[in-house]
Amino acid sequence: MKQERPKKFGMVIDLDKCTGCGACLVACMSENNVPFKPDESDKLTSITWMRVYQLNNGKPYPETDICYLPRPCQHCEGDHGHSPCVSVCPATATDYGMETGIVSQIYTRCFGCRYCMAACPYHARYFNWWDPVWPDGMEKYLNPSVSVRMRGVVEKCSFCYHRYQTAKDKAIYQFAEGERDSTDLEEDEYQTACTQACPAGAIIFGDLNNPSHRVHQIAQPDEKHAGRPKNPKAFRLLERLGTNPKVYYLSSRDWVRRAGDNYLEGEGKLKRH
Amino acid sequence: MFPFNFEWIWDMSHVVFMGGLWFALTILGLGMTYCVIKAVIDTAKGKGAHHEEH
Amino acid sequence: MDTALIPEGVKRDPLWKFVLKLGPVVAVLIWGVVAMLLCWIKGLNQTNMNDYYGFALWIWADLAVIALGGGAFFTGLLKYIIGKEELKNIINFAVLVGFICYSSALLILAIDIGQPLRGWFIFWHANVHSMLTEVAFCLSCYFGVLTIEYLPLILENRQLDRVPFIHNLSHNMHEIMAVFAATGAFLSFFHQGSLGGVAGVLFGRPFAFREGLFIWPWTFFLFTWSAAACGPCFTIMLLKITEKITGKKLVKDDVVRLLAKIAGWMLFTYIIAKIIDTWYWAAVTAPSKGFGLMEFYSNNGFYGIWILILEVVVGGVIPALILITAKGRSNPKTLTLAVVLAVIGVSVNRWAMVLQVMAVPVMSFDQWALYYPSWQEVATTLLPVAYGIILIALSHRYLPVWPQERELNPVEATAGPVSAEAAPGAESEEETSAEPEPAPAQA
Repeated sequence: MKQERPKKFGMVIDLDKCTGCGACLVACMSENNVPFKPDESDKLTSITWMRVYQLNNGKPYPETDICYLPRPCQHCEGDHGHSPCVSVCPATATDYGMETGIVSQIYTRCFGCRYCMAACPYHARYFNWWDPVWPDGMEKYLNPSVSVRMRGVVEKCSFCYHRYQTAKDKAIYQFAEGERDSTDLEEDEYQTACTQACPAGAIIFGDLNNPSHRVHQIAQPDEKHAGRPKNPKAFRLLERLGTNPKVYYLSSRDWVRRAGDNYLEGEGKLKRH
Repeated sequence: MFPFNFEWIWDMSHVVFMGGLWFALTILGLGMTYCVIKAVIDTAKGKGAHHEEH
Repeated sequence: MDTALIPEGVKRDPLWKFVLKLGPVVAVLIWGVVAMLLCWIKGLNQTNMNDYYGFALWIWADLAVIALGGGAFFTGLLKYIIGKEELKNIINFAVLVGFICYSSALLILAIDIGQPLRGWFIFWHANVHSMLTEVAFCLSCYFGVLTIEYLPLILENRQLDRVPFIHNLSHNMHEIMAVFAATGAFLSFFHQGSLGGVAGVLFGRPFAFREGLFIWPWTFFLFTWSAAACGPCFTIMLLKITEKITGKKLVKDDVVRLLAKIAGWMLFTYIIAKIIDTWYWAAVTAPSKGFGLMEFYSNNGFYGIWILILEVVVGGVIPALILITAKGRSNPKTLTLAVVLAVIGVSVNRWAMVLQVMAVPVMSFDQWALYYPSWQEVATTLLPVAYGIILIALSHRYLPVWPQERELNPVEATAGPVSAEAAPGAESEEETSAEPEPAPAQA
């Protein structure tokens, strides 16, 4: 098999299109068997691999403007795979996949020290404070491709990695059967649940290293500058920290783009809020 | 921890880090072994049998 | 009743009094054990930690006791390697305090992890790039060193010492203690440092992140330094408390003053380094990430700038100035004040480097999170304190912890060659050793 260029799966989320409906959130929970509690009012202990934040420009009516910002795991590359969480895990329970760019979490190896959570500035990592309990009968509807997690371990968005594995298996099988020319996946063969669920089409997923993929075309990652977007409308969360995330956001609004990072008082027109 | 663990890589980080660990453990292990063996020999020689103070 | 076990030539409370005094402490211990079992059986939902506060009271307690337990390695280094012979009179106690601190830290860590039965993964599947791995390895190994250092003291119990093999073993361990102490200092340097590294490497958290030397952020060196400075202060503080409770002088002033002087200069140089580090972080590192200093402190009263002042000025500059002046460390009151302030200072530093790191929001639209511990967390944090008190009490009673005690507190010879236990009415008075003639103060 020919040596393929490593993939770098990433996402572009168009915040101008996002209505904050939460379909991505529901699809994610359902696809990944994310556990929930009878009372979910305490969001500090809720597990939401995909979480939708509501941002506002801090101005009074009538200039008030809001924006919904869905936040999956940013799958940071850091400096050559030195992402904030991967480098700190003492038991190698989370790993940066050099072939896919996906930050994995090995539930059976995590012993729950939560150092990765302390390291993640996006709060994309969640701890299982309780064992998962499903309402009667619901366990029959769990996704068989995704293992459920036990109490005491950390979990997070995997970019629906099981879908990648399934698509890859299928492609290898078809290739062996002579039904296709290569095992390379087409853009639509591997898509995350949130991408497919978004009614506004605000989430786009694909290989950032592949010029034919839409994520590459829209974000235009600058490889000389750690993937910084060349598209002036695009930005990444907390770019200045050097986390080098693979989730890009799009917005035509200046205040939204500025909210993606922190600036000193003199650095910008808008103050943090 | 051991070269047979599958995440083990023979790189500088592992050699330095684990080298330090095993070095420390070896010193502690050898030190204690020396103390115990010498104590056995000393006792066999009758040392410390009728000491009043030390 | 237990007279035969008590070191020769020293006075100890009658057994009933000893047991009675420890009663409340044992109650706290049991309370802590109940909370610990709850955490193990029901899981970490027994705590008030959450996804914003993955590190909380326990990690602070870990960092604090390890810093405070630093007195053992630093005093050991001074005595065995640098050759400050006078410190032999306090080294036993320093080792005992270190042993308590490190065993407590390991216990708290065992409660703190979500899957305690997988705790061994940190060794087996070690990620050598993680500061926490370095902490776990060095901490466990150094606990081994402390056990080796504490063991001869146990073996020197009057009855155990009668067994020739045990006598020879403890004698031999003393002979090569310098080797163990050197290994301990080596391990301590790395684990104290890597505990600082735990926060310093978090480049996603501008409050904690620091630049550094090679793979080590500046916090690595600051933590080692502060542990070497404040650990001995904690040893002195506990010594003063023990002397107060037992009502007798246990270590001569010149020994304490020497340790206080060294700790004072360590603290003085540390606090200069800390101030430079804080200034550089506030002026260069944090602004490069888009954060002004006051953004870390301004949201709420609990995490206000007072924390920094308390840590650096009250818990750093003031005790350092007291301890480096001969007058300051000679006066018992100012000496006690200084060591207490130093202990507070280092504890506040560890608090900020754990709790405040978690509290400060990083994303501009995120929120400050506040946290207060659950009773289970408080009880399990007090558990090691109770255990420590009990271990100090038992060691004080049965082990020859204090080489200068007999000299400082001469015991009048008992009436005759009758053991205090057998003498009528002996239980109602302070017990003395059964030996009619106290041995000389110094071996």
